[in-house]
Amino acid sequence: MSFIRSPAVPIESINPKVKNCEYAIRGEVFNYALRLQEELEKNPGSHPFDEIIYCNLGNPQALNQQPITFFRQVLALCEYPALLDSEETPKLFSSDAISRARQIRAMLSGKSTGAYSHSKGTKGLREMIAAGIALRDGYPANAEDIFLTDGVSSAVHMIMQLLIRSERDGILCPIPQYPLYSASIALHGGKLVPYELNEASGWGLEVFELKKRIDMAREDGKCVRALVVINPGNPTGQVLSESNQQEIVELCRKEGLVLLADEVYQENVYVKNKKFISFKRIARSLDYKEDEVALVSFQSISKGYYGECGKRGGYMELCGFSEDVKDQLYKVASVDLCSNTSGQILASLIMNPPQPGEESHELFLAEKEAILSSLARRAKALEDAFNSMEGVLCQKVEGAMYLFPRIKLPEKAIEAAKKVNMAPDTFYALKLLDDTGLVLVPGSGFGQAPNTWHVRTTILPEEHKIPAIVSRLKAFHESFMREFRD
Amino acid sequence: MGKPLDYELINENVKKTAYAVRGELYLRASELQKEGKKIIFTNVGNPHALGQKPLTFPRQVVALCQAPFLLDDPNVGLLFPADAIARAKHYLALTSGGLGAYSDSRGIPGVRKEVAEFIERRDGYPTDPELIFLTDGASKGVMQMLNALIRNENDGILVPVPQYPLYSAAITLYGGSLVPYYLEEEANWGLDFNTIRQSIASARELLQFCFMENLALLADEVYQQNVYQDERPFVSARKVLFDMGPPLSKEVQLISFHTVSKGYWGECGQRGGYFEMTNLPPKTVDEIYKVASIALSPNVPGQIFMGLMVNPLKPGDISYLNTVNWFFHFLLYSKTILESLRKRAHIMTDGFNSCRNVVCNFTEGAMYSFPQIRLPARAIEAAKIAGKAPDVFYCLKLLEDTGISTVPGSGFGQKDGVFHLRTTILPAEEDMPAIMESFKKFNDSFMEQYEDYRGYSRM
Repeated sequence: MSFIRSPAVPIESINPKVKNCEYAIRGEVFNYALRLQEELEKNPGSHPFDEIIYCNLGNPQALNQQPITFFRQVLALCEYPALLDSEETPKLFSSDAISRARQIRAMLSGKSTGAYSHSKGTKGLREMIAAGIALRDGYPANAEDIFLTDGVSSAVHMIMQLLIRSERDGILCPIPQYPLYSASIALHGGKLVPYELNEASGWGLEVFELKKRIDMAREDGKCVRALVVINPGNPTGQVLSESNQQEIVELCRKEGLVLLADEVYQENVYVKNKKFISFKRIARSLDYKEDEVALVSFQSISKGYYGECGKRGGYMELCGFSEDVKDQLYKVASVDLCSNTSGQILASLIMNPPQPGEESHELFLAEKEAILSSLARRAKALEDAFNSMEGVLCQKVEGAMYLFPRIKLPEKAIEAAKKVNMAPDTFYALKLLDDTGLVLVPGSGFGQAPNTWHVRTTILPEEHKIPAIVSRLKAFHESFMREFRD
Repeated sequence: MGKPLDYELINENVKKTAYAVRGELYLRASELQKEGKKIIFTNVGNPHALGQKPLTFPRQVVALCQAPFLLDDPNVGLLFPADAIARAKHYLALTSGGLGAYSDSRGIPGVRKEVAEFIERRDGYPTDPELIFLTDGASKGVMQMLNALIRNENDGILVPVPQYPLYSAAITLYGGSLVPYYLEEEANWGLDFNTIRQSIASARELLQFCFMENLALLADEVYQQNVYQDERPFVSARKVLFDMGPPLSKEVQLISFHTVSKGYWGECGQRGGYFEMTNLPPKTVDEIYKVASIALSPNVPGQIFMGLMVNPLKPGDISYLNTVNWFFHFLLYSKTILESLRKRAHIMTDGFNSCRNVVCNFTEGAMYSFPQIRLPARAIEAAKIAGKAPDVFYCLKLLEDTGISTVPGSGFGQKDGVFHLRTTILPAEEDMPAIMESFKKFNDSFMEQYEDYRGYSRM
C-alpha cells in the first residue's frame, strides 16, 4: 500500500506561537559558533583563533568561575547523607556545612533530595528564604508567598500564563530586554508592549515614556496587564535610582499594573554610587499596604557571585495576590509536582550564606569578594575597550553581567548586510566571530531603537584572557572599519 | 476597572485546569497533618517520601560532582569507592564547567549518547542522540510536546481513561481538547481493539491505528522498570514499531518519555527525564530545540542521574557487589526494591479484593492500585447532599477516619457511575498489613452505614 501521506507533526501544523517565538542568545550566531568549534576540533589551525570564547550567555562556571565552596559542601552532604554519619567527614567538610546539611536534610520529605517536595518548594527552605529576604529588606516576608522554581525562567512562564488571556493582553517590556520576556509573551499568545530605555541617559527608565506607551496600547484596544522591570538591567547594566523605583511603583499602582521585578542580578553591582534596593522594599517604604501594590519579585541562583546556572534554581515572591489567585498558581505548580531539590537547596543557601563567626565565613567572604571585584574590573576593562573603538559608544556598566555597546555601522556595511539578507548587527557579529572566535549576540535579539545597532557581550571570560580579547576586538573593528568606512 | 490579578481576570485555561494528585484530598490531608493527625500519603508516586532509600552509588557520584574539590583531597578514598570517583570524573569531563554551568539546551551530549546506547541495548535498534532531549523530569518533556502540537481547541489529543492527569492538565492549559478512549476494566484495563488481549499484539494494533489515522504517538514509558508479573514484560513502543518494519517504522511519528523518578531509583526530587523523537521532520525538531533553548538547559544533576541510570554498574565494578555493607550491594538492593514492590502489589490487590464491594485488578506494573469501589445508592445520595462527587466523598471519609490519603478516581477519569480510588503501593512493606487492615475496617463500617440490607448481593 503506497500513498502520499503528510506526517502528523509537519512544520506547518505545529503551534504557531512556538514558531513565532525567538531566543537569539542561543540563536543564529551561537549555532554558527558551534559549527566553527567542531571545525576547530577536527582541524586545529583552520581558523585565525585557537578557541571559541562564548560571550553570548551569562554562564559564569562555563568560563571557569569557581563555585562557592560552602554551598557545594552542603549540597554534597545533602545528596549523600551517609557522609553525615562518618568520622572521616570532618576531614573534608567544615563543621558549619555539616550542621547546615543536617538542618536542611531534616526539612526534606523522607529526608531525601530524591522525594518530590511540596509544590511551592520545601517549606523549611522557603522559610529560610523568607528570613533572608526580611534581613535584606527590613520588612517581613512570608514563606507561603514564595514559589521555588527550576530557574526564574520557569517562574516567568507561570506568571505570563496566568496573566495572558488573549493577544489583547499586553505586557510592558523594556527595549532592550532579556528575550525570555518576548519569547514567553509570544508563547502564551500575548502582546509585548515595548517601552524604550533612554540610551543617552545611561539607559534611563523614564516614567513619561512608560505612560505614553500604556496610553498608546490602550488606544489600540490592548489591555495592559503588567510591567517588566529588570534591575540591575540586562543587557543594559544600569542600576535604578531609588527615586526612579518609587516613581515606577506609583505608576503601577495608579495604572493597575502588576510589577514584574526581575532582580536576578541583585548581587552584581559594580559602582559605589549605586546600590540594589528591592522593589518590595520600595513599595513597603512608601507605606503601601500589602494589597495596594501587586508585585512579583524574581531571584535566581544563576547569577550574583554564585553563578549556579546548571542547577536551575530560583524563586518568585508574590505580593498583593489574593488567596484564590495564589491557589491557582499553586495548582499550576503542582502539575509539574515540584522543582529540583538541588536548586531549592541552593536558593536557600544564597539567601542565607555563612555569617561572621561561622567556620566557613572567612573563606566564603574571600571567594565572594574575589569574584565580584574581578567582575567589576572586567566590566571596566571591556567598557573602556569598546569606548576606545571608532564609532562605538558603551554606557557605564553599573551592574549585571553584560555590555551593550552601540556601534555606528557605516552605510557600506549596512548595504553589504542587506545584500546577504542579514540584519546589520548580525552581519557585524558573524564577521567578528569569524575573525576572533568571540561569540556575541546581535542587539536585534534584545531590541534597540530603530536604526541603531548594538551587540551584547558578557563580562565573564577569565580575567587573564581579557587583554588578549580586547586586542582582538580592537584589531577586528579597525579592519572592519577599514573595509566598510564611508 | 478590575485589577489584572482579580480572580475573574486571570487566564481561564489556568482556572479550568485540574490536577487531582495534589488536589482536594491532598490539601485536606495536609490540613489534617498540620492539626497533628498521622497521614499516610499514598496520593503520589514518591518512593523516598515513604522511606525507600536511595541507591548509594549514584548519590556518591553526584555528591562528588557537586563538590569536585573533594576529588583533589587525599582523604577522598576514605569516604568514596574508586568506581564512584572514576564515574564522577567521567561526568564532570562531559560537562562544560561542572554542575553549575548551563549545558547544551538539549542536555549534555555525552549523557544523551549514554541514553542512546541504553535504548539500543534495550530494543536492539540504533538511535540518534541528537533526537534525544533531556528535560527537568518527563513532565516538562510532555508539556513541551503538547505545546508544540496544540494550536487551538480544535486540536484533540487521545488520552486513555483512566489517565495520569498531567495529560488532561496540560491539554487544558494549552487550550486543546482531550479526546478520551476508555480502557476495559474487565479486561485487565486492556485496550480493546475488538479481539486483542495480548500486549505486544495490542501494541502493534495501536501503532497500525496511529499510522492509519495519521496520529503522532506519545508513549509514556516512565514505569518501564516496574513490572510485577512475568507473562508480559515491558517492550518499548519503538521496538514494536521497528519490528513492524516499513512503511510504519519510517512513517509513524513517535515520542517516547522516560524518567529517573520511577523504576527502583525513585529519584523524583532530582527532576531528571528525557524524550526521544522518532520520524519527526528536522524542521519540527529545530522548533522544539528552539523552545528548549529559551529555558536554557535542564538541571545538570538530574542529567547525571539519568546518565547513571541508563549506564548502571556492571559485574566487576567495585560497588556492584560490595561486601562492606549489604546496603551497598547495588544489584542486590535494586532487586530487593523490585521484589518488594511486587510483594506489595500483591498484598494490596488481595487486600482490596477481600473487602466488601471492592474489586481490584492486579497491579501488573507501575506503582499504583486502582480499586473499584461499588458505592451503595445511599452513599451516592449523601455525597450529592454534601456537594461532593461520590468517590471524593468516600476518599475524604477514608482520610478523616484512617489518615490514608488517596486520590479519587474522578481525578483520573472513569466510566460514568463507576467509582475508583488510586493509591500507591509505596508504603513500607512492614506497614502494609496494618494499612490494609485499617482500610478494611473503614470500608466495612462505611458499607454498613450506607447499604440498604446486610449481606446485599454484589452487583
